[in-house]
Amino acid sequence: MLRDQDRIFTNLYGFHDWRLAAARARGDWDGTAALMANGQDWIIDQVKASGLRGRGGAGFPTGLKWSFMPKKSDGRPNYLVVNADESEPGTCKDRDIMRHDPQKLIEGCLLAGFAMRAVAAYIYIRGEFIDERRRLQAAVDEAYDAGLIGKNAAGSGYDFDVYVHHGAGAYICGEETALIESLEGKKGQPRLKPPFPANVGVWGCPTTVNNVESIAVAPAILRRGAAWFAGLGRPNNTGTKVFCISGHVNKPCNVEEEMGIPLRELIDRHCGGVRGGWDNLLAVIPGGSSVPLLPKAMCDDMLMDFDSLRAAKSGLGTAAVIVMDKSTDVIKAIARLSAFYKHESCGQCTPCREGTGWMWRVMERMVKGRAEPDEIDTLLEVTTQVEGHTICALGDAAAWPIQGLIRHFRPLMEQRIADYKSRATARAAE
Amino acid sequence: MTLIQETDFGTPAAAAERTVALEIDGIPVTVPEGTSVMRAAMAAGIAVPKLCATDSLEAFGSCRLCLVEIEGRNGTPASCTTPVAPGLKVATQTPRLKQLRRGVMELYISDHPLDCLTCAANGDCELQDMAGAVGLREVRYGSDGADHLHQPKDESNPYFTFDPAKCIVCSRCVRACEEVQGTFALTIGQRGFESHVSAGMDEAFLDSECVSCGACVQACPTATLIEKTVIETGQPEHSAVTTCAYCGVGCTFKAEMRGSELVRMVPHKDGKANRGHSCVKGRFAWGYASHPDRILNPMIRAAIDEPWQEVSWDQAIAHTAAEFRRIQAKYGRGAIGGITSSRCTNEETYLVQKLVRAGFGNNNVDTCARVCHSPTGYGLKTTFGTSAGTQDFDSVEHTDVAMIIGANPTDGHPVFASRLKKRLRAGARLIVIDPRRTDIVRSPHVEAAFHLALRPGTNVAVLNALAHVIVTEGLVNESFVRERCDWDAFQDWAAFVARPDNSPEALEAATGVAAADIRGAARLYATGGNSAIYYGLGVTEHSQGSTTVMAIANLAMATGNLGRPGVGVNPLRGQNNVQGACDMGSFPHELPGYRHISDDATRQLFDELWGVALDPEPGLRIPNMLDAAVEGSFKGIYIQGEDILQSDPDTHHVAAGLAAMECVVVQDLFLNETANYAHVFLPGSTFLEKDGTFTNAERRISRVRKMMPSRSGLADWEITVALARALDCPMPYDHPAQIMDEIARVTPTFAGVSFARLDALGSIQWPCNQAAPDGTPVMHIGGFTRGRGLFVVTDYVATDERSTSRFPLLLTTGRILSQYNVGAQTRRTANVAWHPEDVLEIHPHDAEVRGIRDGGWVKLASRAGATSLRARITDRVAPGVVYTTFHHPDTQANVVTTDYSDWATNCPEYKVTAVQVSPSNGPTAWQADYRAQARMSRRVAGEAAE
Repeated sequence: MLRDQDRIFTNLYGFHDWRLAAARARGDWDGTAALMANGQDWIIDQVKASGLRGRGGAGFPTGLKWSFMPKKSDGRPNYLVVNADESEPGTCKDRDIMRHDPQKLIEGCLLAGFAMRAVAAYIYIRGEFIDERRRLQAAVDEAYDAGLIGKNAAGSGYDFDVYVHHGAGAYICGEETALIESLEGKKGQPRLKPPFPANVGVWGCPTTVNNVESIAVAPAILRRGAAWFAGLGRPNNTGTKVFCISGHVNKPCNVEEEMGIPLRELIDRHCGGVRGGWDNLLAVIPGGSSVPLLPKAMCDDMLMDFDSLRAAKSGLGTAAVIVMDKSTDVIKAIARLSAFYKHESCGQCTPCREGTGWMWRVMERMVKGRAEPDEIDTLLEVTTQVEGHTICALGDAAAWPIQGLIRHFRPLMEQRIADYKSRATARAAE
Repeated sequence: MTLIQETDFGTPAAAAERTVALEIDGIPVTVPEGTSVMRAAMAAGIAVPKLCATDSLEAFGSCRLCLVEIEGRNGTPASCTTPVAPGLKVATQTPRLKQLRRGVMELYISDHPLDCLTCAANGDCELQDMAGAVGLREVRYGSDGADHLHQPKDESNPYFTFDPAKCIVCSRCVRACEEVQGTFALTIGQRGFESHVSAGMDEAFLDSECVSCGACVQACPTATLIEKTVIETGQPEHSAVTTCAYCGVGCTFKAEMRGSELVRMVPHKDGKANRGHSCVKGRFAWGYASHPDRILNPMIRAAIDEPWQEVSWDQAIAHTAAEFRRIQAKYGRGAIGGITSSRCTNEETYLVQKLVRAGFGNNNVDTCARVCHSPTGYGLKTTFGTSAGTQDFDSVEHTDVAMIIGANPTDGHPVFASRLKKRLRAGARLIVIDPRRTDIVRSPHVEAAFHLALRPGTNVAVLNALAHVIVTEGLVNESFVRERCDWDAFQDWAAFVARPDNSPEALEAATGVAAADIRGAARLYATGGNSAIYYGLGVTEHSQGSTTVMAIANLAMATGNLGRPGVGVNPLRGQNNVQGACDMGSFPHELPGYRHISDDATRQLFDELWGVALDPEPGLRIPNMLDAAVEGSFKGIYIQGEDILQSDPDTHHVAAGLAAMECVVVQDLFLNETANYAHVFLPGSTFLEKDGTFTNAERRISRVRKMMPSRSGLADWEITVALARALDCPMPYDHPAQIMDEIARVTPTFAGVSFARLDALGSIQWPCNQAAPDGTPVMHIGGFTRGRGLFVVTDYVATDERSTSRFPLLLTTGRILSQYNVGAQTRRTANVAWHPEDVLEIHPHDAEVRGIRDGGWVKLASRAGATSLRARITDRVAPGVVYTTFHHPDTQANVVTTDYSDWATNCPEYKVTAVQVSPSNGPTAWQADYRAQARMSRRVAGEAAE
């Protein structure tokens, strides 16, 4: 269990004041200029050494990502874009960081932006986050007024601007290139890669897109040292992580914990356990709606980190743990997710535009059992047609929950089909 | 004859010179760096399945049919978006890819009607082709659930339908509208499964910003966007490449036929002027060719108040010849003349001027260029030595600063405008000099850096002020001027423009343009890189038209913007063959190739060839002919395809001239307005009914090919030949190719031109001779045609046409996209859906003080005459300026225009007329009388009275 002194988000629950003065009292903005005086390479090396992996879901090493940015300008400025379009169902960690600890994000923008030689950070905040946007803007204004950002940011001699940009409420804009398109004022649709954003990003300039949490933990890493952060968690899965636990637990919550915490410990210690006890657990979606679910048997001793979950053919994703007890119609739950992905598909490429709709329609029939048993195979085949063959990862995200369902609950699906058939036969006989 | 099939390489060609070698399906391929894997495969003859890719558009990567496997790379990258790399080993057909492609096709077809047999695109559908290519055998997804199959068709556009049920959301139409046409009328509305093509804000196509250029229809891989003529007629079965007969861009089209019926006109990818693009006129507005108003039999009458009598060709020709000989015998050799048509082919205009010079025995030949670009001919010949634009249209792709003066390319030259806008979106800067805020000043993703909204008639002042800034701020390219131009003339000119009275500040009051804008524009033009000037009739149709052309040439020479791609002085020619008509010796003082009639050596060449002794004195220009007619010394005229009554200024004067003649011969498709005063009507042929060539604004000679027999029995050149023979003027031609051979023999700039060469090369830009066997895309490379470029001092002299208390507003006239000039053709097509009548644009301030309401009738009066039309209140025009078009004979805007004209060439001053505008309750009495007279005049004996 994470010790209190290792906690980064000390105001995650908003028990204290979010304003700048209180944030500074909690240690934010302490010696920022001195950190920057160590130079860009030092910062990137520290972040690399810390083992920080991107907190938005993909888990790409953050320091390595930063090192892709051009060190010498060809005339174009570099930009940092912070992905605050937190829309993955089950996920609400960035929301609380921005609500209650916004200065951590803003200081992180300066440090990360400086390390990548960016002239500005754009924080793209989810359209539905109205209050959060106001609060974040207020925090940014406070930071400007205090000279922490803007000209000679925090007395470092470096000029750096931070802009808050409000999205319009589309899940796809959490995809980094769709986010860039949206930021440019266009319809949010993913771009083709290559070119990658580090080469051609927002307004055609080198850009790095990072998750809120990835940026917000950077100041603590630099201040307390890469070794401290790397010493938490497990190898290749270091540091702390904000988990969002929802669903059939007694006390749903956000909690910052060490990477690699056992799932059962996470639920029992922080959420008051599964509703009706651990044995009443049916399945868990461990990392936000897009990762395949895990049946209870696999949850018993599952460790919550990138590599462990990947080995279980699921993923840590955004660390949004969705708990389902035995009262859950798991087929219906996954069908609801299919409806979500159908609704959020941007429609640019065919497999996703047509495939998500088709998968949802079949899932709706599977909920009732109004299908043929071999349609389960057809459904599985379509998910593999979509997965990995679309422009962005939304196709994957739509496919994985269904794959997880079929992998672990196929007998249930077959039973439902059989039940429907026997009812139909009975009705016909009447 | 078969249908011409064009190869679609999937993605645009890469421009790189470095090449990359790779292997596709085991076949080694070498292609330019930056080429897509898809295009490289096509170069090797391997067609990768595709639906969203087409080589007129940037790769989009959405259909996921073109996935390939690349050795050493993960996954299945899309071949359209993956650039080649050295040593790549690509597999385009593997079991995995086959399964994926079938999967995608299955998804497509699960939401597509299975009505191939009754679909208009059957046989010309990429979706159908791909289903075959990927081996689709079943669709397992069932038909229950949501689909798009029952969405209503949008049939609002007169020329094509939009059927959303058949749409596969490949975005090709949207991308074509953006990338090729640059209108941005289409978008994909909604997202995901609800994604759909939306015109404007989910409006009907006709109500949206769509300009009906046809790019979307061409790009559509299915029957979603398809020509109504294909729906009605069926798929074409043979085609030939020909040239559009509308504006001076001279787009190359494939005329696609079914038997002798034209099914559609499709822009040709290899067309060097249009590069596969088109506008609403060339693409769709050809229905006039089969309009019931077409006159198909020759007609004569003794007097213009009598009904027409249909006669045989022999009778008509004999009657005409007899009349002309009678008039010459009675009033003298010079009492007749001819007008060549800029709408006809080079061969046909050549014959008319030959008929006048050799048959009539005088030089009374002129052409409609008189009223449009004659100042261009004079001005550019004086300064550079050649009466033509300096560049090809491809040049715009290298332009950094485009200066548009008195031209409205998005309406007048839409295909060039699309190419220009593409370049502007890629970063080139724009300067517009025009009294009106034309569309190019501000349109999606295009905005002029400077719009100099000058007072009509002050072009020379503005250009002098621009030159003043360039000279006094040291922006002259002195090495270019010293090396290439007449240095003494330059010094005289520089001293002149440097005078304080030519400064922007001094001229501000006259031009109405802020000095700071002039200075900014001058600096941008002089220092912005490759600067090109494109200009139109807003330059030439002024009392100082020729001066303005020379002032433009001065600017280009002073800044060294000549003699390479990306720069130049480019007149945007109005009509399809106005360049050619001028080249062919249609002016009274010039023989073909712009050689003066008084030049003995040239004349001798023609004397020997034609077996006559040519008159060394220049003949009458059109206005002189009309003046002479009113005076009584000019009595007969042969007008080939021109409607001078509607198009020439001061309609009352033109009518008086025509009425005073004894034999007016009109050769046209329709009984046009001039024919109201005609005694002989010779029915002409459309460009679809004859062979020949047109020469466009970039001096490009392109073939016109006969697609169907002449409906009147004779092509226009055959009519002239018949008339010449009746006048004992020998014209031994069996085919227009022989006429071109004669032209090449006697015209040095055409020496290398023949139909055979044109067939081989596609098109040729003159000069084409031994020095330039394949023609000359850019002129004046290394030196000017005349030797050294000549600077000419261009004093600004205000026009005598000024606003007064009686006529306080200035009228300027122009064209609109959907209509063409006098509208003889476009008014007889569905294009009237966009522009059913001429309207008067007036600024809100001017409207308010006169109590004029939007859409209300107003009377437009000048000292020459008055007409009535409806008003449109808009701030496109500045206060004090009003604007209208001259497409409709019901309005007759030229009743109002005056007899002022260019000092050098008599080109009328259409662009400045002092007028008054007042509320009105409908057409004027004159308009009503005119309509009645026109109706009377069009009676044909034997036909039922209307």
